[in-house]
Amino acid sequence: MSRDGIRDKVAIVGVGCCRFGENWDQSPSDMIVDAAYEAYEDAGIEDPQRQIDAVFTGSLYSQAGPHECADALKLFDKPVSMVSNYCATGTDAFRYGVMSIAAGMYDRVLVVGYDKPKDRGVSGPSVMMDGVRDLPKTPAGWFSLCAATYFEKYGAGREDLARIAVKNHHNGTLAPKSFLKREITVEDALNARMISWPFGLYDCAAQTDGAAAVVITRSDLASRYRDDPVLVKAVTIRSGPNPQKDPGNDFLSWKPNGWAARDVYEQAGISDPRREIGIAQVHDCFSLTELLAYEDLGFCEKGSAKEHIAAGTFELGGDLPVNTDGGLKTFGHPTGATGVRMIYENTLQLQGRAGERQVQDPKLALSHNLGGHPTACGIAILGRD
Amino acid sequence: MVGIASYGAYIPRHRLALAAIGGRSAREGGPEKAVAWNDEDAVTMAVSAAVNCLRGFDRSGVDALYFASTSQPFNEKQAAALVARALDLRGDLRCADFAGSLRAGTTALQAASDAVAAGSARSVLVVASDCRMGAPGSGLELRLGDGAAAFLVSDTGVIAGLDAAHALSDEIVDLWRSDGDAFVHSWEDRFVVQEGYVPRIVEAVRGLFERSGTDAGDYAKIALYGPDQRSLATVARKLAVAADALCDPLFGRLGNAGAAFAPLLLAAALEAAKPGEKILVANYGDGADALAFTATDFLSTLEPRRGVSWHLERRHPVASYDHYLKARGLQAVEWEAPAGPGLSATIHFRDRGNDIGFVGQSCNACGAVQFPAQRICESCFAKDDFEPHRLSDRDGRLVTYTFDYFFPTPEPPTVVGIVEIDGARVHMQVVNCPTEDAKTGLPLEFEFRRIHQAGGRPNYYWKATPRSSA
Repeated sequence: MSRDGIRDKVAIVGVGCCRFGENWDQSPSDMIVDAAYEAYEDAGIEDPQRQIDAVFTGSLYSQAGPHECADALKLFDKPVSMVSNYCATGTDAFRYGVMSIAAGMYDRVLVVGYDKPKDRGVSGPSVMMDGVRDLPKTPAGWFSLCAATYFEKYGAGREDLARIAVKNHHNGTLAPKSFLKREITVEDALNARMISWPFGLYDCAAQTDGAAAVVITRSDLASRYRDDPVLVKAVTIRSGPNPQKDPGNDFLSWKPNGWAARDVYEQAGISDPRREIGIAQVHDCFSLTELLAYEDLGFCEKGSAKEHIAAGTFELGGDLPVNTDGGLKTFGHPTGATGVRMIYENTLQLQGRAGERQVQDPKLALSHNLGGHPTACGIAILGRD
Repeated sequence: MVGIASYGAYIPRHRLALAAIGGRSAREGGPEKAVAWNDEDAVTMAVSAAVNCLRGFDRSGVDALYFASTSQPFNEKQAAALVARALDLRGDLRCADFAGSLRAGTTALQAASDAVAAGSARSVLVVASDCRMGAPGSGLELRLGDGAAAFLVSDTGVIAGLDAAHALSDEIVDLWRSDGDAFVHSWEDRFVVQEGYVPRIVEAVRGLFERSGTDAGDYAKIALYGPDQRSLATVARKLAVAADALCDPLFGRLGNAGAAFAPLLLAAALEAAKPGEKILVANYGDGADALAFTATDFLSTLEPRRGVSWHLERRHPVASYDHYLKARGLQAVEWEAPAGPGLSATIHFRDRGNDIGFVGQSCNACGAVQFPAQRICESCFAKDDFEPHRLSDRDGRLVTYTFDYFFPTPEPPTVVGIVEIDGARVHMQVVNCPTEDAKTGLPLEFEFRRIHQAGGRPNYYWKATPRSSA
């Protein structure tokens, strides 16, 4: 692969995000319009039908494909594509957009991530009965499979997971567009009803509807739109074997995490992620997913996450604040939207626009999605200059 | 000599206290019956009994499979073919379902013996399995239990030679279940016993005595089908069966297991028999059958079987009558099993070796075992170079696990985990495993089970269960 890479070639000049939640009164189109028009305004785009060259959209649940987004925004006679890559869909849609700018195909690209799971009539994932193997088929069941092995090897337990949920619930109270705005205690988390051991209700991300959008352009054109553009330092997606079938899997980490991290750190020239990265939005579909990301992404040594959780390393005031807006825990996880929502948060943080939850002067911001069983990891790193 | 070369049994672990049926509190040690759970039926129990019967035998030597039951899950569609696929038997197999009568099991045994005697098959697997229901609150509900017994009928390595058999047929409406009925019906008990059971079974056994020149005193073990203790005692008295020869009918432990009842009593008798002893089994249903066997010296060389006593020791008391109703689909639920076409029949057809047979593949290039079958080796990337590799009879190990509280089951949570089998990793459910027993490294074996009812059909797959040493 070319090591010329993507670094500093593409800039984010506008971000938007609808209010995430149980948006009973909003269609996917309504949310797409909210997110995209906020991003247009942020970028100073006044005539999107003329100014937007191409659209990359990401959704897991959409039946209508890219037309849903094109029709909502009335962006016709343009290249509009839809990306689907499990929970890494948002980051992957962003990656396609970034590559298309870097390739010189387009000057201004809109990336939209969205999903609308709350029209299905179930509060969590539905019980899938589409075959006989691998049942029960639930994300909680898949992501909990590292618990027994990790707890046994490193002595961590449900209390450590609970502290992650407590942190994210707190951060969510400070984010205007989050769904859950309620502080919880470690006891609340430990006493909640069980979903899939060791995950109780509070170890699981909420289920919500949402959409987020970003406008990207060539970095040499960025100053036309904003005087504080954010640069793309690295972006990747990495596939992995199904960990449930992978004969070498030790269930102590998720392989695509490490592979994707190695790639983006090389792209961005990062040698010490713990010190160089200022903030991170990591995939916290479940509390343990966030814990493993701390280690798999090199924020701390393997097995040491519980000491860092106890020390507050990843809290808002810590050395490396993680999920500064409350993460999937409080925003919920409308699958296609999540990766783009993280880029929205990282952009605001890098530009000093994150309000009460603003972290002091971050230079580099990482966002991370982990999807499938998990079988795919997407990471994007943004920087101020 | 034609006779039985091996046997095996299966009795579900779940035991329902008879007191619970009457709404009384159950006390440990009181009368109970074995009940198939929501993931068990006549087919799954038949597979388990057959696996136990075939332990230590080369499965490719089986020439025919006879499945005997009154409760096969499909009216049209052969159960024997499904059982054969689950057992990964040869494709050129003669398969038949023996259905409709409680005598189906003993009739199938005679047919199997005839086939071997005639030389049209050398080795016939006979599996009798039943999972009948009495209506909630009925007398039959108290009496009926579930189970399966399997026999390998052969002309070599015979542990019990078939000396003689006698059958008679009669037309009587005593017990019946019409198309669409969930529950067995019975005419008045006294009629059934006085005009059906007692005279017919006595007549069949006397006919056997006459045919073989024996009498009750010649038999060390006499296994009699019986609807209840009192009627059974009447028959034993009429036939002059000595108390120590009469086999325990397992009332209050197993229950009347229908077409599998007499076969299970025969399996129990074989388990306790000594070489040279004569064994008689008599069965009833639309007539009666009587079969006489003599145990041979091979009996002492047969490895211990998972038979009736092995299964009776492995109990899981049902927590409440409500749990039983839920497991048997007798409680109203908000959402019925999904109707519609159900699972794709074409996918089921393509995957039948994987999903029904639990057969994976081993890579000819690197030896790695994987499941399900795939085109490119997961380990060495060799393409299309594999041999089938049966996993169902291998030892497994629990790599990691979780407890799922959402999958529909009468007793949540569902234990589910990653199981390593010969190096292959499979995500599957673990049954008979209380959460406190789940631990990494737990040794496992495998059982064929109903996985769900999508499409209103039973859909089958394998589950892991903690490995038993015996």
